[in-house]
Amino acid sequence: MNRELLTFPKGGIHPPEHKEISEHLPIERMPIPAEVDILLQQHFGAPCSPLVKKKDIVNEGDVIGTVSAGLGASVHASVTGTVKNIGTSPHPTSVKAPSITILTDTQAQPRTYGPADWKAMPRDEMLSRIKEAGIVGIGGAGFPTHVKLAPPPAAKVDTLLLNGAECEPYLTTDHRLMLESPGDVVGGASIILKILGINECKIGIEANKPAAIDAMEKAVKEASSNGQRISVVPLKVKYPQGSEKQLIQSLTGRKVPGFGLPFDVSVIVQNVGTAKAVYDAVCLAKPLYEKVVTISGKGISRPANLLVRIGTRLKDIVEYLGGTKNGLAKVVMGGPMMGFAIPTLDVPVMKTTSGVLFLTEDEIDLSPHGHCIRCGWCLDACPMGLSPNEIGVYVEAGRAEDTSQFGLFECFECGCCAFVCPARRPLVQFIRLAKMKAKK
Amino acid sequence: MNSETRQAIWNVSVSPHIRRGVSVERIMWTVSASLMPPLILSVFIFGIQTLLITFVSVASCVAAEAVSQKLLHRPVTIRDGSAVVTGLLLAYIVPPGVPFWMPILGAVMSIYVAKHLLGGIGFNIFNPALIGRAFLVATFPVAMTSAWLIPIRDLSIFKYVGSGVDAVSTATPLYVLKHYGMAGLTERFGSTLKMYGDFFLGWQPGSIGETSALFLILGGLYLLYKGYITWHVPVSIIVTAGFLTWVFGGERYFTGDPILSVISGGLILGAIYMATDYVTSPTQPSAKLIFGAGIGVLTVLIRLKGGYPEGICYAILLMNPLAPALETWFRPKRFAPPKGAMK
Repeated sequence: MNRELLTFPKGGIHPPEHKEISEHLPIERMPIPAEVDILLQQHFGAPCSPLVKKKDIVNEGDVIGTVSAGLGASVHASVTGTVKNIGTSPHPTSVKAPSITILTDTQAQPRTYGPADWKAMPRDEMLSRIKEAGIVGIGGAGFPTHVKLAPPPAAKVDTLLLNGAECEPYLTTDHRLMLESPGDVVGGASIILKILGINECKIGIEANKPAAIDAMEKAVKEASSNGQRISVVPLKVKYPQGSEKQLIQSLTGRKVPGFGLPFDVSVIVQNVGTAKAVYDAVCLAKPLYEKVVTISGKGISRPANLLVRIGTRLKDIVEYLGGTKNGLAKVVMGGPMMGFAIPTLDVPVMKTTSGVLFLTEDEIDLSPHGHCIRCGWCLDACPMGLSPNEIGVYVEAGRAEDTSQFGLFECFECGCCAFVCPARRPLVQFIRLAKMKAKK
Repeated sequence: MNSETRQAIWNVSVSPHIRRGVSVERIMWTVSASLMPPLILSVFIFGIQTLLITFVSVASCVAAEAVSQKLLHRPVTIRDGSAVVTGLLLAYIVPPGVPFWMPILGAVMSIYVAKHLLGGIGFNIFNPALIGRAFLVATFPVAMTSAWLIPIRDLSIFKYVGSGVDAVSTATPLYVLKHYGMAGLTERFGSTLKMYGDFFLGWQPGSIGETSALFLILGGLYLLYKGYITWHVPVSIIVTAGFLTWVFGGERYFTGDPILSVISGGLILGAIYMATDYVTSPTQPSAKLIFGAGIGVLTVLIRLKGGYPEGICYAILLMNPLAPALETWFRPKRFAPPKGAMK
């Protein structure tokens, strides 16, 4: 590949990729577990209220929770079965959260979906199918997709960007998806372009996924263009290439201002996995209730790219993959740079779960941290040009409230600063603490 | 294994969960390793006693660190290697003819007063090793300004063992230059070309680890390659000092010898290993250039107009307290700060 790779200029790091553990493994469908826990808050916005009650029979794909007011997205039964309980489950970030537990009916036939011709479908119909399918941005915070795709009229969106960077180490979910279902991803992009009424789409993929780049380029060529200009753009391998602001800068040269949104620079960004979900929702009327999840790290017996039902408990995944290995020191939901360490395997998979990492002692560093030695490496690594070192020192000195001068609220917690810190300072933790205190 | 026992061993700290693996320890030990070639060379230039002085300096810095931290009820962190670096640097900037016990006093000053009383690693305002040297110059001015040895050329590395300083002491090139001019310098050290060669390799009277520009530059290039230092401060110091010496250092304007000024004395050691100390220097490139230029100006000012033949030590110490201000004045360029809302 002789093309010059696009990237963002300021900061960034090159962590070991560890994609070799799972990148060659085809997506594998995990058998449906005996029970699932559907969390009622899986996305940005308000939590869902349950629409079912205990002992109700539910079918795969039924809406079982919805948001009555405010921003949000519905949740669906991911299996056919009986509602066992409406209670709480461990949540990756909120400790415990409301959930619906469904006891699987093992005799049930899997639901099938027939394709519809979306090309003749009106825009509103497409949007409502996306809303009904409960689609959220599955690459990140889980922003409801039907809201994102209906930007305010004042925002003159001219370009759709698909995020296939997958810059987090270990994760190979998007990689496999682009390799195995490139047509669906490109189809999703076409649908989104049609909804937005624009023709320009760039799909950014980090250059460490050449097979995915080839597959996507082939799919773009095969798709009938209808005047749409979809292109695949290889990106330099640099974390956080897949961060929204950095991706926009890499692909378009535009800079989203602080506290601004992509539409401020006329773009909309969607993850490639979200595009595939949009395709499934619009074309097949299939709700978002299953998800490809990378299971990786040296602490799991058998790494895999698993297609699992939303609500599958991690312990069922671990059991299916042959258990954990000795030396397991940390279990992380998401990537190693921004994911959440979890204390229990009772946590269920959510719509936004991209991976679960079983990390051993030699993959992480548990040594205690020291004082800031003012090497300035975090300043070089920060893609936002912030001063994590100062924020850390201020927090330690009890002056968290005075740290907004260092751009505190522009920090999206990519973790580059803490990754490079030779004193192993928990800079992201300091920053989160500062954000909480400075908000008050 | 039941899930309760497994939960107990899991770590649930905040992201990121992986680290680059370059720790303070690794940096300090790498810097120490890069300082080994000049030490080994010093044995062949000034004799075997340089090893003893260096060993005493390092050991007393490490001991001083442990005792200081105990006294101040802080965790003992001697394993991080920072006291070893201070010990090496302190030894490298004392004359090779000083009595072996002298670095012990310097170590106490460097580590206890200049480092731990100011808060320990990350909080010291001045470079600890330079404070140690400044203290020794103030308390033992004779030894610190005259215990220079004539470089050995015949591998007789035991030549100076046991001999009194007075019997063998000589003068440094910068001293000769200051008091006898270029004519005195060539009379004593040979032709300009010979001096370039000798001084660059390290065969010149001077402090233990400062004489070999070649080995110090190689060590600096290694640290540059590892990404532990940047070029800004050393290059800025060397260019500024060389230029100003060229302009003002001769008998007439623009006749000074910039090369000699750079490779004699402690300029290279100071520029590469002292002025780049993280804690006492700024982080941003433009601030680093100004910081280095300030050191270059002060060095030449002291060398040409001051009472001492060498000025790099005090130049760095004078610029050190400016580092926090430079850090405040020069901030990284923000990605795209919000308009208006917050500064």
